[in-house]
Amino acid sequence: MSDNKTIISAEDVDYVAKLAHLQFTSQEAADCTAKLASILNYMQELQKIDVTDVPITTHVLPLQNVFREDETGSCLSREAALANAPEQWEGYFKVPRII
Amino acid sequence: MITDMTLGELERALDAKELSSMEATEAYLRRIKVLEPEIGAYISVDEENALAQAAASDSRRAKGEKLSSLDGIPLSLKDIICTQGIATTCASRILVNYIPPYDATCWRKLKQGGGVLLGKCNMDEFAMGSSTESSAFKLTRNPFDLSKVPGGSSGGSAAAVAADLACYSLGTDTGGSVRQPAHFCGVVGLKPTYGRISRFGVIPYASSLDQVGILAKCCEDAAIVLERIAGKDPMDSTSFDTPPDAYRQACKRPVKGLKIGVPQEFLGDAIDPAIKEQLNQAVAQLKQAGATVEDVSLPHTQYALPAYYVLACSEASSNLARYDGVRYGLRAEAENVQDMFVASRSQGFGMEVKRRIMLGTYALSSGYYDAYYNKTLQVRTLIKRDYDQIFADGFHCLLTPVAPTQAFAIGANIDDPLTMYMQDVCTVPVNLAGLPALVVPVALHQGLPIGLQLIGAPFGESELFAIGSALETNRLKPNLPAVQ
Repeated sequence: MSDNKTIISAEDVDYVAKLAHLQFTSQEAADCTAKLASILNYMQELQKIDVTDVPITTHVLPLQNVFREDETGSCLSREAALANAPEQWEGYFKVPRII
Repeated sequence: MITDMTLGELERALDAKELSSMEATEAYLRRIKVLEPEIGAYISVDEENALAQAAASDSRRAKGEKLSSLDGIPLSLKDIICTQGIATTCASRILVNYIPPYDATCWRKLKQGGGVLLGKCNMDEFAMGSSTESSAFKLTRNPFDLSKVPGGSSGGSAAAVAADLACYSLGTDTGGSVRQPAHFCGVVGLKPTYGRISRFGVIPYASSLDQVGILAKCCEDAAIVLERIAGKDPMDSTSFDTPPDAYRQACKRPVKGLKIGVPQEFLGDAIDPAIKEQLNQAVAQLKQAGATVEDVSLPHTQYALPAYYVLACSEASSNLARYDGVRYGLRAEAENVQDMFVASRSQGFGMEVKRRIMLGTYALSSGYYDAYYNKTLQVRTLIKRDYDQIFADGFHCLLTPVAPTQAFAIGANIDDPLTMYMQDVCTVPVNLAGLPALVVPVALHQGLPIGLQLIGAPFGESELFAIGSALETNRLKPNLPAVQ
């Protein structure tokens, strides 16, 4: 088991923040690193248990894929779908420059 | 007083024309006006809408029509449940201006049954928390002691029902978010079987664990509401087609002959002795009523809490990826789209939400996926098997504490996420195994409520209502001023 200092580094936090589309101030990042480390250390408890040949459970109900006929049903109007858009243009969601 | 009547009592009074929905709704709105500044249960109150729904209900009853048992009865909803045309914020700045274009199925069913919506309740941001302190908007106080938290994440809903600021409320429960606040605020809290109530239109946190729950003044009230909102929904492929039972009748069933287990792993040193004492009294009471009560073992219980946080955070990191400032919610100004995503999310989410997104993203990232996420899914199987075995052995339900402590002081755990997470140790196994659980308030200790948790077999809500009703005492009431 690792101690709080080594289980997750400031560089790891920086990398994960990029993946998650989040940005932290340097103070927030330091606090986040310390708190994530203590939680991840606690999660190491799970490494104690032998799960060889145990199947995974992603879902508790005995459900398989649920299908329906591919028919057009009622749906939101374009106006309703765009009603919450921060910015729109001619019936589209508008965003800042992409490239 | 109108506002301390149960749902069942209010229904009888409305049917007997002793009372109108308008009078009931006005009584609740007056009480909200006086007490809400102290309690802080609501993010928004919609007086105009509520009065219009009440007037419509009264004119139906005048014509001899009644849409359901809930017709004309004032309720509140946790602000995670989408309400068409009414702001739904999830207590987050990122959804501050969001007006849903559709109703969640659970709310649609209540609305079509004549429910009168008073307002939307405060909660931990995105349902991530156990004290309602992570709300971006306000603090909610425990009606029994204003210096204490109401629990969370459905803390606003529990406080509203406890303080008679709503007749009943819907919340959501991903790891205990209906049950722990019910315990802290002295109300009944039901987390039904996964799939029992449609999740359509309920803003997701961890989709394989989330379930809509009910906060009510007594077991019968929760049963009436469940009868109305349970069932298969074509809009939620994980809703299940097991037909709902006659839950209201189930509250009157005798407990004689039922077999109840007390899992010893739930009674460790971390549990407050006052809570254990109440549990022992409940055991004696159930034996007296003719139930069999035996100690049982669920050997993988200690792994449930870390497993829960790995899974819930992993699912949350994926579910919350949708908040990017493009289609709805907060958008931060930026030069290009990539910076806009990052700035919107960084300004819009609070610290606890960011922490869980970070944990989940880490657990799902390349190199850690097998050690954290996949391994946890295997552990989940072992936890579920523990429960399968108990129910296969003929037990109808399990009796446990709800949380290690009673309501704690505002601010006590806010800087220590791990201690806050420990609040969920008795409730998360239920979500991992997809089971129903009912919290029933049993006593006041040093002025604060204690509730106990009954865990049932899948779709065994009826047994929970039978046993819960047997444990139920007179309603616990906070010492709040009467409002005329």
